[in-house]
Amino acid sequence: MLEVSGLTKRFGGLLAVADVSLRVPEGGIVALVGPNGAGKTTLFAMVSGFIAPDSGSVAFAGEEITGLPPHLICAKGLVRTFQVVQPFGRLSVCENIAVGAHLHLAGRKEALERAREVAEKVGMGPLLDRRAQALTVAGRKRLELARALATAPRLLLLDEVMAGLNPTEMGAMIDVVKAIRDMGVTVFLIEHVMQAVASLAERVYVLNQGRLIADGAPGEIARTPAVIEAYLGHGAAARMVAQAVEASR
Amino acid sequence: MARLGIAGGMIVALAVPYLIRSDFWLGFLITVLLFAAMGMAWNVLGGYAGQFSFGHAAFFGTGAYASAILHIGFGLNPWLGLAAAAVAGGLVGLVIGTLSFRYGLRGSYFALITLAFAEVLRILANTAEFTGGGVGLYVPLKVGVANLQFESKLGYYYVALGFTVLSLGVGWALERSRLGARLMAIRENEDAARALGVDTFMCKLQAIVISGALTGLGGAFYTQYYLYIDPGIAYGPGVSVEILLVPIIGGLGTVFGPLLGSAVLHGAGELARRLVGDAPGLSLIFYGALLVIMVRFLPEGLMGLVWRLSRRRERAANA
Ligand SMILES: Nc1ncnc2c1ncn2[C@@H]1O[C@H](COP(=O)(O)OP(=O)(O)O)[C@@H](O)[C@H]1O
Ligand SMILES: [Mg+2]
Repeated sequence: MLEVSGLTKRFGGLLAVADVSLRVPEGGIVALVGPNGAGKTTLFAMVSGFIAPDSGSVAFAGEEITGLPPHLICAKGLVRTFQVVQPFGRLSVCENIAVGAHLHLAGRKEALERAREVAEKVGMGPLLDRRAQALTVAGRKRLELARALATAPRLLLLDEVMAGLNPTEMGAMIDVVKAIRDMGVTVFLIEHVMQAVASLAERVYVLNQGRLIADGAPGEIARTPAVIEAYLGHGAAARMVAQAVEASR
Repeated sequence: MARLGIAGGMIVALAVPYLIRSDFWLGFLITVLLFAAMGMAWNVLGGYAGQFSFGHAAFFGTGAYASAILHIGFGLNPWLGLAAAAVAGGLVGLVIGTLSFRYGLRGSYFALITLAFAEVLRILANTAEFTGGGVGLYVPLKVGVANLQFESKLGYYYVALGFTVLSLGVGWALERSRLGARLMAIRENEDAARALGVDTFMCKLQAIVISGALTGLGGAFYTQYYLYIDPGIAYGPGVSVEILLVPIIGGLGTVFGPLLGSAVLHGAGELARRLVGDAPGLSLIFYGALLVIMVRFLPEGLMGLVWRLSRRRERAANA
């Protein structure tokens, strides 16, 4: 579904994304994890057309899309959400979602109707007439997802939709993401919360300082020394092994 | 309920000239209607799409000159001149829009570019021969409905009313269309709109062309009404400010805001003239003060105030 090869982006002297290649197969959920500043959001921005890569290429559904503007990439069925939520503040929840629905529906009535259906699906039914700026953090995260979903995508890029949610809200969000996958939408998500990743993703890519350092099933990843180092700092893996040896005595 | 109100308002608007029978007040209403219509034109771009223009005189003046020049120089019927003025205004919109939106100019940069365009056109109109230079152009007096010249203000009133209905109708349709939804999305958050598949450049371009065409139409009406146009009137900052104040006072991004705003703006202007007399430059000071007051205290305009008060009454009634 998505094939990224050799993607690279520099910001001045900073190498934000360095020669990253990865694939997201159709129908599943793939996660991208890594510490803050690893380059995850930058990678998503390049895939969705918001930032032009310095080198490398992006192919979606067998078609090269590198360098296309975001609205054309969205029209092909690849849509992103924003880590820092970007609601249409003074529009209602329903109107917000309808902007996404208008991608394929020209009529206002039809788009608003579709928006209501999508809102039901992500559990925003009771909030339809609320102004977006009056929503809680959890509400705004859901709205990001709902708007993107209303464009009827084939691939959905979710950038930290769990961040800032309490455990109950997070559980609900995990169910929503699973339901989206079951509708046949491929999901590629950035997530910090390892527990959410473990319960959702079939495959995980780990990014650190712009480079891919590991990939595999969630269970394997958590035991990879390079990943532990990246998350907990230099020498952490060795200390943990030492502790484990100590404990097993 | 809303439909009944609109139908009632239309009947009153049609009957008004027979009720007041004062040339002065009829002239006042014509100005209110003309600026309500052009205020809505500005609203399409500024209120719905969030792209504030300080130079709508570029469209107004081009429409005014287009109809005058085509009539005087080429004998074009002034009714057709209205259509030609709309086309000319739309073309100016296309040029300004392409140049500024292609390069991503937003906010105050966009406002400055529109202002600069209007000023350049003013200087050109001042020097060019076919615009009559600084002297301006006089439309020859030839009274007759076919010639878009009327014996009394009555005829002009109904033409202005038709223009206002057309312009507010465009706003009404916009609120119920995909383009309108996309323009509001662009106003609220351009990046989010792009992510959801909105071609922001094309949408803004459509908005400025519609806005320019309607404003150009207003310019042509002005020419026919006063039978005179010069560079200062056509392209001066006065008309730009007057056009943008109307929806800001009435309520940005609303259908009836421009009508309300125009009535209040010109009503207050008339009052000020009676109180302190008509010194040159006074109207600009007055407009400036009004703009500051609105932006500071009533950013959602009078329609926002009406809306808030009606909600408070509703809540009080429910309690
Ligand atoms: N527009 C930008 N200009 C300059 N530096 C940026 C820009 N966007 C991101 N960066 C930098 O690139 C690095 C990667 O950022 P980001 O992709 O947001 O990381 P992540 O999403 O993994 O936390 C960070 O060091 C960040 O400061
Ligand atoms: Mg990020």
